[in-house]
Amino acid sequence: MTHPSDTGTAPVLALRDVSKSFGAVRALRDVSLELFPGEVHALAGENGAGKSTLIKTLAGVHRPDAGQVLLDGAPVVFHGPGDARAAGIAVIYQEPTLFPDLSIAENIFMGRRPRRALGRIDHRATRDATAALMRRLGVALDPDRPARGLSIADQQIVEIAKALSFDARVLIMDEPTAALTGSEVARLFGVVRALREQGAAVLFISHRLEEIFRICTRVTTLRDGGRIASEPLAGMTEDDLVRRMVGRDLDELYPKQEVSPGEVALSVRRLTREGVFTDVSFEVRRGEIVGLAGLVGAGRTEVARAIFGVDRWDAGEVTVDGKPLVNGAPSTAMAAGLALVPEDRRAQGLVMDMSIERNIGLTGLRKTVRAGLMDRGAERSRSLDWAVRLQVKYARIADAVSTLSGGNQQKVVLAKWLATGPKVLIIDEPTRGIDVGTKAEVHRLLSELAADGVAVLMISSDLPEVLGMADRVLVMHEGRLTAEIDRTDATEETVMAAATGRAAA
Amino acid sequence: MTVTAPDQAPVTDVPKAGATRLVDRVFKMRELAILLVFLVMIAVTQAGNSAFLSEQGIKDLLLNATILVLVATGQSLVVITRNVDLSVGSTLGISAFAAGTYLQGGGDSAVAVLLAVLMGVGFGLLNGLLVSLGQVPALVVTLGTLYIIRGIDSIWVGSRQITAADLPGGYVDFGSGGISAVPYLALIALAVLVTTAYYLKHFGSGRELYALGSNPEAARLAGIPVRKRILTAYTFCGALAGLAGALYLARFGNVDSGTGNGYELTVVSAVVVGGVVFTGGSGSVYGAALGALLLTSINSVLPALGVSSVWVLAINGILLILAIAVDRIVALRVADALKKRNARHG
Repeated sequence: MTHPSDTGTAPVLALRDVSKSFGAVRALRDVSLELFPGEVHALAGENGAGKSTLIKTLAGVHRPDAGQVLLDGAPVVFHGPGDARAAGIAVIYQEPTLFPDLSIAENIFMGRRPRRALGRIDHRATRDATAALMRRLGVALDPDRPARGLSIADQQIVEIAKALSFDARVLIMDEPTAALTGSEVARLFGVVRALREQGAAVLFISHRLEEIFRICTRVTTLRDGGRIASEPLAGMTEDDLVRRMVGRDLDELYPKQEVSPGEVALSVRRLTREGVFTDVSFEVRRGEIVGLAGLVGAGRTEVARAIFGVDRWDAGEVTVDGKPLVNGAPSTAMAAGLALVPEDRRAQGLVMDMSIERNIGLTGLRKTVRAGLMDRGAERSRSLDWAVRLQVKYARIADAVSTLSGGNQQKVVLAKWLATGPKVLIIDEPTRGIDVGTKAEVHRLLSELAADGVAVLMISSDLPEVLGMADRVLVMHEGRLTAEIDRTDATEETVMAAATGRAAA
Repeated sequence: MTVTAPDQAPVTDVPKAGATRLVDRVFKMRELAILLVFLVMIAVTQAGNSAFLSEQGIKDLLLNATILVLVATGQSLVVITRNVDLSVGSTLGISAFAAGTYLQGGGDSAVAVLLAVLMGVGFGLLNGLLVSLGQVPALVVTLGTLYIIRGIDSIWVGSRQITAADLPGGYVDFGSGGISAVPYLALIALAVLVTTAYYLKHFGSGRELYALGSNPEAARLAGIPVRKRILTAYTFCGALAGLAGALYLARFGNVDSGTGNGYELTVVSAVVVGGVVFTGGSGSVYGAALGALLLTSINSVLPALGVSSVWVLAINGILLILAIAVDRIVALRVADALKKRNARHG
């Protein structure tokens, strides 16, 4: 195969020796990147390697401290996201950026809606164009529905529709598949291939390496803000790619220790929340890691929330060490030794503007009180201890959590809950949006916790992770538990069959 | 692996989901509910006192609401962007006095109104600049300008007072005149209200106000000129406060340094009772206008029913809390309904 660059085509968008710093942190140093029309280019790197900064530079959100952005070979300066968009650059960000109060149609066409006479918005044309986009993506979302209350997968689909709506020359996708199911991913890839045929350049970021190999032709690897390599993917193996990203050989990605399970720590019996999940019963023993698999929207997160008491359940019972939990009371769940690491760490797991120290300290407020006042010293040493144990990478412990990379933020959430010394740890999507290196660390940590006698319930949409880490796999489909599969019998096929409701085990 | 080209993807019909209709209905209901409360209140009062809905009675109801409707319309725009303008009372007061002073000196009526509006525009710009450039919470900034404007007003006006006798007769007559039961002032307010509502619904920049109130970060990423829009909202709000000042002068003919004192809180109450959500992104100017009409009508309803007017404030407060409680409950119900529907989609 001849590469566009061999045939003398000019890159549609490029970075030349771009550097960008935030305070003392050098996010990008002398990075160059060329995107050619008709190619799908992968951007690989661990979290904190500078991928997000690079995207935001291309998208006009950040302006480089040094170096240039080149559009069709000529240097340009984007004064804001609007400029980049006008140049035909569409971006799908990792975190959906929707307006909850506005309709899906308005979300997609915000700022550039079809107009009628006198500059008035053509509501009908907006709606029709949205319906056409939804058909193209093969989803049944009503254009007039407000974005509030959409599932993360649906939000991601709206983001994709938004990017498609411009007929972009350059499409940048930051982890577009993190929340999508297999068929949705296939459909997205179909759209990406069609765009490539039309001569668009696509920059694709994913932590799922198999997706990179499936859709991309070239890859640029970043490590610690610098470019390691830009090369064709043909002939490379996943191991090659991981080695470039991490800069060392990975220890085993799923370091599961063999543990003989102890007595039952968490028992859930006939738990039901009307319209959300029905008749869910299972047990988790000390030392056991139980995987909870299923498609997005199957009700897994909702079960976890109900167990922890964030949402009330309508029927059933939850016991920890044989003692029943109070319905809808997280504080008693915590007192009973339950910890919940939520799916959405930004919104539910962390106070983003607060320091690492105080975030970890949040769960221990009662323990670090002396004479009715906060003992800041005790809080600090307790937090430092956990931050070091989990190898959180930070400049100062007093820095805001928002300055950390995604993987390190996840470690802070973990530290916060591990500091409570839980008997049962429920962890929802432990490694979503986390780089390979940190992922292995999180897995090792879970494995060690189980070995120490903690009962772990791990909700995950990452099938290799479930198969690699869990002693037993529970599968949910449309609000019901459809299968319980032992580690030895669990394969991608058996789990997916149960998750899609094709077989009841 | 075969992947069908997206254009040939099966044509799935996009149904009008039940969830949408539910949500639609709830938000339309919100304005209908206030209208209903208002009508019931008027009906009950009329039943208890048949003189209540005389031509003069209706005219008074409308006249009383006019000024609040105007200021609440401007305030809605600001609140929709997730901000607030607390300085509207001060702006109203100082522009009313400015217009009065000009008229006292023999000025032209139309120029006096223009003067008041321009004064409002000036203070609106000041607020808008401070909020959008300073990145400081609007509550604090406009609390500051509230006192600054009121301070300037006090220094300038001192113990002086403008009375109807100082004003040209035509100006005062216009303030109390009308076409049968409908005052001219109410017609002005209605025109402003309808125009604003049309702008918000049908123009890109109007929808962008909702967008940036709904999710400021997403608005920035979508390339919306956030600062410019906030500046526009404040300027418009100031302009309407200035216009309201001119109309206040025409209606009451009596202005001193205390005019409009504390008015901002009534305005915010009207806006919130009218269903404009304080955290931005949602609500309509029609709702705000209905809220204003409801709050001002209570002032007329209680005396007509023989209830002491000392109850007015307490009842306003109860309405406010009630409105927020209803909004909250409805929001939770809707969220729950949407969630259950999502779950069924699987």
